[in-house]
Formats: sequence, C-alpha cells, structure tokens
Amino acid sequence: MVYKKRYDGRKFDEMRKMKMEVGVIDNADGSAVFQIGNTKVIAGVYGPKILHPQRLRQEGKGVLRVHYRMMPFSVSERKNPRPGRRDIELSKVIKESLESAIFLENFGGSVIDIHVYVVQGDAGTRCACVCAASLALADAGIPMNDLVAGVASGSVGEQVLLDLTYDEEHVENEDVTDMAIAYNENLDKVTLLQMDGNISEKNMVKALELGIKGCNIIKKEMQKVLKKRYE
Amino acid sequence: MTLENNIKKRIIELASEGKRIDGRKLEETRKIEIIYDISNQAEGSCHVKLGKTEVMVGVKLGLGEPYPDTPDAGNLIVNAEVTALAGKEYEPGPPKEEVITMARVVDRGVRESGCVDMKKLVITKGERIWTLFIDAYVINDAGNLIDASAIGALAALKKAMMPVYNKKDDKIEITGNHVKMSTKKLPIAEEPIAITIAKVGDYLLPDPTKEENQVSDATLTITLNKKDKGVSLQKGGSEGFTKTEFEKALKIAIKNSKDIRAQIK
Repeated sequence: MVYKKRYDGRKFDEMRKMKMEVGVIDNADGSAVFQIGNTKVIAGVYGPKILHPQRLRQEGKGVLRVHYRMMPFSVSERKNPRPGRRDIELSKVIKESLESAIFLENFGGSVIDIHVYVVQGDAGTRCACVCAASLALADAGIPMNDLVAGVASGSVGEQVLLDLTYDEEHVENEDVTDMAIAYNENLDKVTLLQMDGNISEKNMVKALELGIKGCNIIKKEMQKVLKKRYE
Repeated sequence: MTLENNIKKRIIELASEGKRIDGRKLEETRKIEIIYDISNQAEGSCHVKLGKTEVMVGVKLGLGEPYPDTPDAGNLIVNAEVTALAGKEYEPGPPKEEVITMARVVDRGVRESGCVDMKKLVITKGERIWTLFIDAYVINDAGNLIDASAIGALAALKKAMMPVYNKKDDKIEITGNHVKMSTKKLPIAEEPIAITIAKVGDYLLPDPTKEENQVSDATLTITLNKKDKGVSLQKGGSEGFTKTEFEKALKIAIKNSKDIRAQIK
C-alpha cells in the first residue's frame, strides 16, 4: 500500500487547523492554549522570580524550567498521572528549544517556570507545547529574540508529509517516520529535533525543510494572536 | 497586625453587613460555567469555572479485575491534582495532603451516593469489570477547589459514554468521542453535590474564595444527594463547629446544592 491520499484529506504539506488563545489562566503571569487539529495543550508561565534554594541560582543568567505533563484523560488509554521517563525527557527538549530565544542574561539569580499540560492528544504534543510555551512567555512580557514555533514532520513510506496525526503515525505495512521540529526564525536555527523511523537521506532533509516552512507559518499565526490581544 | 489578620477583619466586617469580599450576597454561590467535551479521548470531560476557580475533569474507563470483596461491581478511582498552572504557590510533584484529601472527598461523594451504578460496570462476574477513573485537574485556584472538582466530576460523568468492548478478544475497540455507533451512556443513578462552607469568625460562608479559605477557622464540606440526604461530611481546619452552626450550615448546603444541581445538564 502506498499512502497517496491523507486520511483527513489534507495536502501533504498542509498543517491541521490551528486555534490559539492567550491570557487563559487568571493567576499565571502568562498563559496560552494552543490547538492544532485534535491536539490541544495549555501552558502557564510563572516568573521571572527569585530562585530557591540559593545554590541553584546562576550569576548573570536566569534559569528556565519546563514541566511537560499529560492529563490522564488526554489519551485513549488513561495515562497514569505519575510523571514517567517520557514526561521528563520531553520537558527537557522543550526547555532546550526555548532557552536560546529568551534573554536569560537579563534575569541573573531568577527562574522562569513554564508548565505545559496536554489536554487532548492526537500526535505532535511536544511541538504544540513549544508553541503554547512561546505564546505564554510573550503573554508574560518576557523578552525574546523571536517566537519559537514547533511542528512535526515526517514520512509515510516514500511520501514526506507535514503535521502527522496519530492515525498517520500508525499506518500499517509502511515505514513511518516522525520528526519533531522547533525553529527559531530570527536565529535561523532548529532548536528541537527528534526523529524516530526509517527514512532516506533525501527525505530526511526534505522533512526538515517542510517542518521549518510549517514553523514559519505557525509563527505568523502566533504573532497575529498576540497583536490582537495587545493592540 | 499581619496582612492576613487585616483581611480576616475585613471579611468579618463585610459579613456583618451581609456581604462578601467579592460582592456576593452572604450565602450565595459564585457563577458556574461548564464547557463540555474538552478532550475527545475521554469518555466524558468538562472544564468548570466556579467564579475564577477553574478545573478540567475527565472520565475514562479501563478494563480491570474486581476486588475480591466486590466481585459484582466495577472499581472507582478518583484522582485530583492542583497543577502548577493554578497559582504561584503550587509546584509540580506528588499531590500534598490537602489535595489528596480533596480527591478523597470527591471520591466519597460519588461512591457513597451511588452516583454511578457500579453493578452495571461488570463484564464477567468475578473476572472482568470496568474501572472508572475520574481525574480532576485544577488550572486556576481562586478558592473552593473541592466543590468545583465535585461539580466537574458529576458533569463529566453525566456526559460519559461507554467504550465499545470486544468480548471475544477482551479488548476495548473504541473510546472517547469516537464512540459514535454506541448510544450507551455511563449508568448514572444519583447526583451528589458537595457544598463547602468556611467558618470565619462567627460567620458561615459557602463557596469560599481563596482569601476566605486562607483565613477560615474551619471548613465543612457537606455532600448531599437529590433527596437532600447527606452522603458525606468532611471537616477541615484547626477550629470547630457548634451544633447550632452545623445545623445552620446544613440548611445552607441543602439550599445551595439544589441551585447547583439544576445547573448541571
């Protein structure tokens, strides 16, 4: 079987419909909901604030902390609420995708906490979390050199495609490759990159290019939402 | 005088004039808003806003084995978390005693009232049953997390659909909103409502705000069923209630629980 037509009728370089909102959590310094297709995440930012205990503080550099969690009812089989290895790893890669965008040198001795929760999952949750976190950071007024955006790219068989759904990640009898990407356009750097699958050199580069293109489109949408909120 | 004492003084002053710190009447509940179906992966889900307190609740069903003492009933697991989104004082990590207590109070409300007909969650007696999970995630704390979570639990349960089960392969085939063919709803038999009342000075304040929660001498959560019968009580805080105060609290709970129940579709 060759994957010729996408299950949901999209073009291969087309992303799912997005929905974004900032300022959704009253107590947080910044917050956002980011939805792409059926994947929906919520992010909240607290800080910058003094970091305790003192031994964790860094002179002349703020510390960024990210916690990624899934709500137990966000997936088909109820997820155990206790954080697992995946939650911890994803927290780390999301954090590293954002660090170079934030002027952390302005916040010596401080910490910025970002908490991201998956409310409804249908693939691409870590990339959606990067987008929600960026929006929440901007909503909190934290200075950044750009809004980092994220999207998943990949391939089914020989077909390269953007923003895979859960069903596309599980196409039977085909090699499926899933590539998670976050991109900082201003720095022109890919700041999150993970991949699992089986894919040729040519298609790997193609998938990355497609992902970067997708990130730039998402960033423009993010800017629109923020402008609308603060104009 | 500390800030907390000042707030307490102000809350008591206002109460003596029949008012609350957020402009409500003395025994009024804040505005309730319920947004359903926040996760298409859940059997039932909702986002509850009780004033500015916000909770996301999801109901999931999974396959399980019955406990030896209840071979003819499904299992119920209620879990609650106050996420680090909810306020600057919260951190990620295992739930603290307050939060575990909250989950237990919601659990007892659902369990003791017979809200869900657990006998109908048996697939094969003594062997295979449904485990019913209720997960309440607080995303903004503006006080009275228990009542908001209990409202969310009931609302999500009332909306929940049974997954499609394949007995031959002992497998769940379709879950969440993807259940389209099946019109089988989760069997609901009762509608428990939890009413938490904070005692501040000599005043009894239902649906306390965060400030009222913080300065309260004691709290009392009364869970009532549709017939105004008590299904669970939970006292919290270092002070206590007189019998007269308890009787008064009960009257408030009976009145307010009816108003709230009518708002849950």
